[in-house]
Amino acid sequence: SSRVAQFTGQKDASGKYTVSLIEGDGIGPEIAVAVKDIFAAAQTPIAWEPISVDPILKDGKTAIPDAAIESIKRNKIALKGPLATPIGKGHVSLNLTLRRTFNLFANLRPCRSVAGFKTPYDGVDTVLIRENTEGEYSGIEHVVVDGVVQSIKLITREASERVLRYAFEQARAINRKKVRVVHKATIMKMSDGLFLNTAREVAKDFPDIEFDAELLDNTCLKMTTDPTPYNDKVLVMPNLYGDILSDMCAGLIGGLGLTPSGNIGDECSIFEAVHGSAPDIAGKGLANPTALLLSSMMMLRHMGLNEYADKIEKAAFDTLAEGKVLTGDLGGKASTKDYTSAIIDRL
Amino acid sequence: FKPTKYGGKYTVTLIPGDGIGAEVAESVKTIFKADNVPITWEQIEVSGVQDNAGRTEEAFQQAVASLKRNKLGLKGILHTPISRSGHQSFNVAMRQELDIYASISLIKNIPGLQTRHKDVDLCIIRENTEGEYSGLEHQSVDGVVESLKIITRAKSERITKFAFQFALANQRKKVTCIHKANIMKLADGLFRGTFNRLAKDFPQLECNDMIVDNASMQCVSKPQQFDVMVMPNLYGGILSNIAAALVGGPGVVPGCNMGRDVAVFEPGCRHVGLDIQGKDQANPTALLLSGAMLLRHLGLDDHANRISNAVYDVIAQGKTRTRDMGGEASTHEFTRAILDSMEKSL
Ligand SMILES: Nc1ncnc2c1ncn2[C@@H]1O[C@H](COP(=O)(O)OP(=O)(O)OP(=O)(O)O)[C@@H](O)[C@H]1O
Ligand SMILES: Nc1ncnc2c1ncn2[C@@H]1O[C@H](COP(=O)(O)OP(=O)(O)OP(=O)(O)O)[C@@H](O)[C@H]1O
Ligand SMILES: [Mg+2]
Ligand SMILES: [Mg+2]
Repeated sequence: SSRVAQFTGQKDASGKYTVSLIEGDGIGPEIAVAVKDIFAAAQTPIAWEPISVDPILKDGKTAIPDAAIESIKRNKIALKGPLATPIGKGHVSLNLTLRRTFNLFANLRPCRSVAGFKTPYDGVDTVLIRENTEGEYSGIEHVVVDGVVQSIKLITREASERVLRYAFEQARAINRKKVRVVHKATIMKMSDGLFLNTAREVAKDFPDIEFDAELLDNTCLKMTTDPTPYNDKVLVMPNLYGDILSDMCAGLIGGLGLTPSGNIGDECSIFEAVHGSAPDIAGKGLANPTALLLSSMMMLRHMGLNEYADKIEKAAFDTLAEGKVLTGDLGGKASTKDYTSAIIDRL
Repeated sequence: FKPTKYGGKYTVTLIPGDGIGAEVAESVKTIFKADNVPITWEQIEVSGVQDNAGRTEEAFQQAVASLKRNKLGLKGILHTPISRSGHQSFNVAMRQELDIYASISLIKNIPGLQTRHKDVDLCIIRENTEGEYSGLEHQSVDGVVESLKIITRAKSERITKFAFQFALANQRKKVTCIHKANIMKLADGLFRGTFNRLAKDFPQLECNDMIVDNASMQCVSKPQQFDVMVMPNLYGGILSNIAAALVGGPGVVPGCNMGRDVAVFEPGCRHVGLDIQGKDQANPTALLLSGAMLLRHLGLDDHANRISNAVYDVIAQGKTRTRDMGGEASTHEFTRAILDSMEKSL
């Protein structure tokens, strides 16, 4: 089929798909165990292939070990825990390296309110897609003269079209009837204008999906006032706006500890929790695995294993809604293990 | 700063702007007149909506000339078309031309007006003249566009200094620099570096910095942590909208743009409101409170207090509110209620 970024992985002889698993740093291994246990309990047809992406230097550049690259290329899919990015000059973040290595052109960020975890906003169910390869993150910057810096935002029709097509296809896949482009073409008439005009062209190929556009300012204002009118839409936007607004949406539902994400590419896709490695609680068995678990639900759906995703997701949301067995970040006292067991009991 | 004063009256440029501008400007004029505010308005009709005869450009130049002369203005928002053939934003052009480099939005819960968040009291200070709004864009080859963001040390210094001084003058305690220096290492790095360097000269203030995506998340979850925030142009647009929504929206947030010579007061969350234009529904609070800021700027504190107290009083009473505040009153009814409140307090 001609769908953008369709999963093309194959089952092995025992009827399972192999998924590359990057457990990550800090709390990564603990939350990965939780996901593995829950998947086993639900008899999900997944075999895990643990890999390490500890960076190596290749020709003086940060790179990912060949074995890891081969694993992900072979399996076409990976689940990833948090990676601690060393702070320091010139060190490219591993997340960015992964994105570049596999050309993960779209970042998919759904945010859904967790019943039982109170925030000032209820009933949030947003889906945001961010262009992941260019825009303000082109990395092209230079000092013109001392004290004057130019930073280049790069927008191409090709990358815009690809992420926009993916947005329309994703809308169909999750049964949303509306796609909305968020832009700032009043000010950036050419660059955001190109993104917007490409969207208008792509929209013609999806007559079943309603298309419109909204100025970034209005999206910020209206989503923060009341996010629920966005529950029937897929939002798609250039890199920087997507970065900022996806975190803003995470804020609406209570922060990064609950938000999953998918990095979508043509060859392979990597699903990950958005939060960091939480070094302060690492190794203590206190971490909340929900974000990684919800990311693995996105992964299952990407692989067409929707029934398993629905079943596990329901068990997780019901456990959260009941509010009896919650981890510390959600105001509970449960350990990672208790919470995992509570979900497994429901399965 | 020397405003023009003739016969005991200040002359102030008034640009109602597009959308709801005319309606809310009328409300301001009515209320200022009722309080005998010593201001003569020099009203100039500028519109960002294209006019075939090309008069838009002319009116724009007139407005700029008037502001240069009077040094003081009260302004609504001008519409900006999306189309490429359309002109550059007049709002941006005006800020660049007059070099009114610091935009201030005052985001504060209004007593009695229920919103999702409580105890929000922050101000957003935004660089107004460079950054992503440079207007420099080109198409290298078909389908490939480059847009330039410019950050200079001089303008970063100017705006961060302004923010520190503003914080001190307004008894604020903390200044947070918002940036994306982890990605835009040179451009936002320069902004952040400048902030950190100058922060050392203001040991009375608590200074920190935060990445813009985190700041947006914090803003909708724990906005009480912010006091004064300073940032480049685009992030200012984003955060002023997110923050405005926390306290009731563009109808209630005042603001102003300051330069060395000129100060233009305008709503702190800039929306034209084309959808409710001419319907007598607009909330004039944002422009009224911006007007009160202008009065304080002139040292006319008595007038400023009388007017803003009346506005707050009517909102707190809760009987007469415009639709965006959850009521049903028209712009005229709300204005009337403010006038009544001012009369009662005499
Ligand atoms: N899954 C989780 N469960 C419980 N608490 C979490 C989780 N993820 C993050 N936190 C908490 O949220 C806070 C911020 O976490 P985060 O990992 O982003 O920190 P960080 O220091 O930025 O890590 P990194 O350097 O890996 O990005 C920490 O106090 C952490 O304990
Ligand atoms: N003073 C005000 N009183 C009440 N509502 C306002 C006021 N100012 C703006 N709004 C509302 O805020 C929302 C955003 O305004 P905005 O002007 O952006 O919308 P718009 O008409 O689509 O214009 P544009 O897209 O050109 O910005 C609108 O629903 C508008 O009615
Ligand atoms: Mg981010
Ligand atoms: Mg982190």
